[in-house]
Parts: sequence; structure tokens; C-alpha cells
Amino acid sequence: MDSTTLLASLQEAVPAAALEPAPTVDLQTTVYAPREHVGALARALRDRTDLGFDFLAELTASDLWPREPRYEVVYILVSTVLRHRVRMKVRLPGEDAHLATVTGVWPAANWLEREVWDLFGIVFDGHPDPRRLLMPEDWDGYPLRKDYPVQIKLPVRATEPLQVTEQEFRANVEKDRLARRR
Amino acid sequence: MGLESEIPVLTTTVEKMVQWARRSSIWPVTFGLACCAIEMMAMSCSRYDIARFGAEVFRGSPRQSDLMIVAGRLSRKMAPALRRIYDQMPEPKWVISMGACASIGGVFDNYALVQGVDQVVPVDVYVPGCPPRPESLIYGIVQLQAKIARQRLS
Repeated sequence: MDSTTLLASLQEAVPAAALEPAPTVDLQTTVYAPREHVGALARALRDRTDLGFDFLAELTASDLWPREPRYEVVYILVSTVLRHRVRMKVRLPGEDAHLATVTGVWPAANWLEREVWDLFGIVFDGHPDPRRLLMPEDWDGYPLRKDYPVQIKLPVRATEPLQVTEQEFRANVEKDRLARRR
Repeated sequence: MGLESEIPVLTTTVEKMVQWARRSSIWPVTFGLACCAIEMMAMSCSRYDIARFGAEVFRGSPRQSDLMIVAGRLSRKMAPALRRIYDQMPEPKWVISMGACASIGGVFDNYALVQGVDQVVPVDVYVPGCPPRPESLIYGIVQLQAKIARQRLS
């Protein structure tokens, strides 16, 4: 399917979304989408039989600081049935960078969105498990932002907080002791 | 040590014997963090053959190990795990910091990596290189053996 038909088909599925074809070097179909319609677009991309993008190959972001709009979230989609690809980009402003999650459409987006939130601080509304993925849980800041102080020297922590409470630990030990006695 | 000429017996002191036993059977814990671990594996294989120095028995459990070779860059998130493995090793125990990353952070001068594992565990021998060749690491282990041979019991 060539770019024009693909975009026309997508536009027909979500008429409200102002889609904008993007210039590319690699001639892969690329489209800028408004962030309000990401959920509807994702659903259309997966469910329409002529699009059929059943596989989210990659979800990432880039920080174009100091340009504005600052962030671009990139979805790379593959149709394993129809054997074609599309790249969807969503521009986000520097302050108030958030958009809807697509976890409900492609479950693979779960960890990818967590990673993007972890490293860029882009909030995915409605994400089922919004925890940090790569950085420590109590980390301050978002390291892949262009204005992040990369060479900061923080004191090293050689311990981590307990995963269980003391009561749980003692109960486990007691349970184990009783199991061994038997 | 002295060899009595009449009877087939070696005489020595307990201290000397313990030093000899400890330095001749340094068992490292299997703990590879990055590309230095490839050189560490090469060192333990037949071409370089660390078995010549009695240190070839890489144990899967820290509870059976004497030596921790920190082979590679240590991320901040990994630091508690490294410390926990070190704490689980029985005394006496030693640490070799292998390569530039483990020793001072190497090329990774950033927020994510520990700038020297001596901030987390006490290091006995630093082996320079990026990564060190297996010979360098063997030299480091020989240095550690010399250090163990000097360690008094009291």
C-alpha cells in the first residue's frame, strides 16, 4: 500500500484528526498526528482490514530542545499480514507533555511507554503500570532530556530498600522452618 | 618450610601453611558485568589457563567463593546487588577491580555509572586496561597471591 492510500484510509477512519504527511529520507510512510486523536488512530490502524497494523515494532521519543514543540513520540508499526509499515509521530510541547496510552491497543506498548516516561518524562495518560523501568525507582529527573546534567556525581547507594516488611520476612522464615521440620 | 632429610616430612608454621593454602586456591565468583567478562572467561579457558594458579574454579554461588572479579562497568542500579553478593561471600575474601570502568568509571563519565567500585566494596587489586588482556588479569591474580602470602593470621 503506498503512502497516499494509507493516509487517505487513515483519514477516512478518523476524520477529526488533522493528519500531515512528513518528509522522510528513507521513503517510509510517515505521518504527523495530533495528540488528541492518538487513541482513535491507534485503534483504526490496528482494526481496519486495509491497514491491519497488528505489531507495534517500536515506540520511542526524541527531544528536540530548545526547539518547540519539544518532543516527538514515534510509533513504528508493522502489519505482519499485509507486510507494510508506517511511522506515526506525535509532537508534544515542552511543558505539559502528555498523551494517551496505546497499551489497550498493543500490549507491547506497556514497557515502551514506561521507558519513554522514565527517560523523557512524557506522561502516558491511562497507563496501567506507570513505574520507572530502567532508572532506580526513586530517581530524580529524566536523563534523556537534552537539558539533563549528564555528568552529575551523586553519592553511590550500596543498599536498597527492603522488598518485604520485617513481619513478612519473619513469617517466611517461620514457614520455611516448619516446612523443613516435616 | 624445611625438609628433614631423614624422614619424608615438611615442617612449617600454621600461618605459612594457611597463607599457602589460601593463595593457591582462590575461587572467584562468577560475576561478569560487561565486556571485561569476555577476557575473564578467556583467562579461565585453556589458552591462558588460570588453573595454573589454582583460581580456575568459578563458583556459581558467592557462598563458596573467595574472590570477586568486578569485570566491567557497574551501574548505580547494580551497586546494591554487587554489595549484597560481596556481603554473602565468606571471609576471607578479596576483590579485583578489573578494567578502567570498574576502577574509575572509564569512558562512562555520567549519571548512570558508579565512578569506581571502591565506593561500594573494598578493592585489593586494580587491573588497568580497556579491557585488560587475560595476561594482565593473571598478573593481577598473581599480585593478589603475593598480597595473600603477606597477610598475617593475627
